[in-house]
Amino acid sequence: MKLRKVSAAAATALVLALTATACGGDNGDGDSGSDGGSTSGGDKIKVGIKYDQPGLGLKEPDGTFSGFDVDVATYVAKELGYEADQIEFVETKSADRENALEREDVKFIAATYSINDERAKLVDFAGPYLLAHQDLLVKADSDITKGTDLNGKTLCSVTGSTSAENVKKEIAPDAQLKEYGGYSECIAGLQSGAVDAVTTDDSILAGFASQENYKGQFKLAGLKLSNENYGIGVKKGDTATLDKINAALEKMVSEKAWETAVKDNFGPANYKNEPAPKIGDIVK
Amino acid sequence: MFDFLSEYDDPTLLGAFWVTIQLTLFSALGSLVLGTLLAAMRVSPVPLMRGFGTVYVNVVRNIPLTVIIVFTSLGLADIFLWTMGADDVKLQAFRLSILGFVAYTAAFVCEALRSGINTVPVGQAEAARAIGLSFSQVLRLIVLPQAFRSVIGPLANVLIALTKNTTVAAAIGVTEAAYLMKGMIEKEAQTLLIGAIFAFGFVVLTLPTGLFLGWLSKRLAVKR
Amino acid sequence: MSSVLYDAPGPRAKRRNVILTVVFVVLLSLLLWWVWKLMDDKNQWEWKLWEPFTTSQAWTTYLLPGLANTLKAAGLAMVIALPLGALFGISRLSDHLWVRIPAGAVVEFFRAIPVLLLMLFANEFYDRYTAVSSEDRPLYAVVTGLVLYNASVLAEVVRAGILALPKGQTEAAKAIGLRKGQTMGTILLPQAVTVMLPAIVSQLVVIVKDTALGGVMIGFTELLNGRATLAAFYANVIPSFIVVAIIYIIVNFIITSFASWLEQRLRRRKKSTGAVIPAAAIGGSTATGGEGGGLPGLQTYVQKSDT
Repeated sequence: MKLRKVSAAAATALVLALTATACGGDNGDGDSGSDGGSTSGGDKIKVGIKYDQPGLGLKEPDGTFSGFDVDVATYVAKELGYEADQIEFVETKSADRENALEREDVKFIAATYSINDERAKLVDFAGPYLLAHQDLLVKADSDITKGTDLNGKTLCSVTGSTSAENVKKEIAPDAQLKEYGGYSECIAGLQSGAVDAVTTDDSILAGFASQENYKGQFKLAGLKLSNENYGIGVKKGDTATLDKINAALEKMVSEKAWETAVKDNFGPANYKNEPAPKIGDIVK
Repeated sequence: MFDFLSEYDDPTLLGAFWVTIQLTLFSALGSLVLGTLLAAMRVSPVPLMRGFGTVYVNVVRNIPLTVIIVFTSLGLADIFLWTMGADDVKLQAFRLSILGFVAYTAAFVCEALRSGINTVPVGQAEAARAIGLSFSQVLRLIVLPQAFRSVIGPLANVLIALTKNTTVAAAIGVTEAAYLMKGMIEKEAQTLLIGAIFAFGFVVLTLPTGLFLGWLSKRLAVKR
Repeated sequence: MSSVLYDAPGPRAKRRNVILTVVFVVLLSLLLWWVWKLMDDKNQWEWKLWEPFTTSQAWTTYLLPGLANTLKAAGLAMVIALPLGALFGISRLSDHLWVRIPAGAVVEFFRAIPVLLLMLFANEFYDRYTAVSSEDRPLYAVVTGLVLYNASVLAEVVRAGILALPKGQTEAAKAIGLRKGQTMGTILLPQAVTVMLPAIVSQLVVIVKDTALGGVMIGFTELLNGRATLAAFYANVIPSFIVVAIIYIIVNFIITSFASWLEQRLRRRKKSTGAVIPAAAIGGSTATGGEGGGLPGLQTYVQKSDT
């Protein structure tokens, strides 16, 4: 009997708590939008990066972040007036990047974000800060040397990515397309032999190939199937931030900080990067 | 407002939902068979089979479906190099995901059936044994037919859940409804509209199923 | 070991059981050996792939924060969905048409939509109409999606449980002059919940697993999401999936064990009321548990020791 009363009371309390929180949600409308990180002078700045791409944006076991995108983002944030400890990195997955900017979840995004017309309609791009190319990662002893070699072979990429579709449509119509949620899975398939090639930007592939467990097993085919101009995404219409970021990127190149970041992050991967692109100079 | 829909031809909206329907139907049939087998194991006279049935249900039911589906591809396809008799990777992913759905849903079918077996009055089984039927005969001829009729309601729920669960197949690149939806959301930035279209699609698929099977379960209920 | 389905094994049946058991064990171990061998061929048992899980950082940086978020979302969703589900379940049984119909519509609607979509909608809703901060929004969205769906399913479970109670319970309550609310609150609901506990528990397990959907599209850093980040660093995709699957199994096993302990306790207490639930009544009704689809186990055919 006692237990029943207690549970009934608990249920009532929960319902009350529920309605209370529901109301509470409505009350705080006043400070809406302030959490996106106000322009310089604020305490923190939120920056969108990838967490799962070695060499570009990777979460380390000690909780810090490493990679070229991270270094660029840190430099840019510093130019905007934020020290390293004021930066809060947020994971922005590919599908969520436009939405994250639109909602002001992050101030800017440096996450292998290549500039194209469709995206430029939704967000503004600073940069580009790196020119990468779509490429294939194959086994070290693979005989795939050109795009048409992929006919009849299995090509792996991430669900919804356009790079694999492009290969299938334009280069190797008989290639088989395998898709996973992340590149790690594709590369595991490449290692086991179920997949013949993994395709995406060469900068990303190089990072994976240089990981300790994979060292020496894979090589880049070096095909330059496309030009990927990595830009820094900001909210559409936020020209003030856009200009500051562009200035910061220019300074980063002229101060040679760009070179250092490239050497630090792509050096171990033996990735031959293109020279620093000029701001606004988008290679089609 | 809906102009963008016509830009998608691989798959089209209806084509993607057709894959969803196929996934659901094949997985439903497979899991019904496997689930019945598992339920038979869980009430069988051989202790080890009972143990296996119990362990299977409790392990499989407790793993997120995403993990199971990704594993069919990462494990069965990539490690064991099991092509599932398909020479096309897309077809292989389709079959692998069905295998995953069958393995997962069978655990739920088994549990629903087992409780259905519990609803059959003890006297039925006793009478069957009294006239000399063996275990498999008792189960096949007397208990299971009655059990099935009494669990149409719960099985309908499993079927509805399965229909919605097929969205997980997008994780290994099966081009069903959720796969198309993710692509659209990434490209169109109209999350709410696109979400509403697909939500409507699933309501169209699941509501009639639920209503029909609800009606059927009332019609077929064993009158006692 | 005997059951109504078969006789207590005699000497021949015992021999047959032993043979069947041996055959079964041999087949099973062959299968396991084959799986082990194939994975070994692909070097999946190499220590360097598994070693990260012996370091504390792999857990404190990637897995434990994810697990904490999974548990937080699941816990909140359970705590909110249970009373809400009871409320809707009772509403569908109301004498008033204007309560019954909307409650039924809400339940049927939210049961028909994939949870992933509910989370997506909730995420947009919180972004546009509330001031929830961007760190908390994924959690809010995940919990909201889970609550909407699971409260609907639980509503059906509770309704079926109440419908399955013997009529005498309501009649007796009326006879001693209890009002409708009192009858429901003190007589029907507590019994229905006890009876439907297995179905409720399988729904709670579904909640824990469905938190994983939050990592797919709205950036909720739950356990599976943590796994992806971990595997990107250590390059051990398959071991990471195995470890995470085991974590889920353990968490859900704890929940189900706790529930069956609770069930036994409640059953013992219930003995005096003599409420025997004709499970057929539940099976025949339109709907019970969601994925679980479970009915109250009466344990006639399978003895307790098996489950």
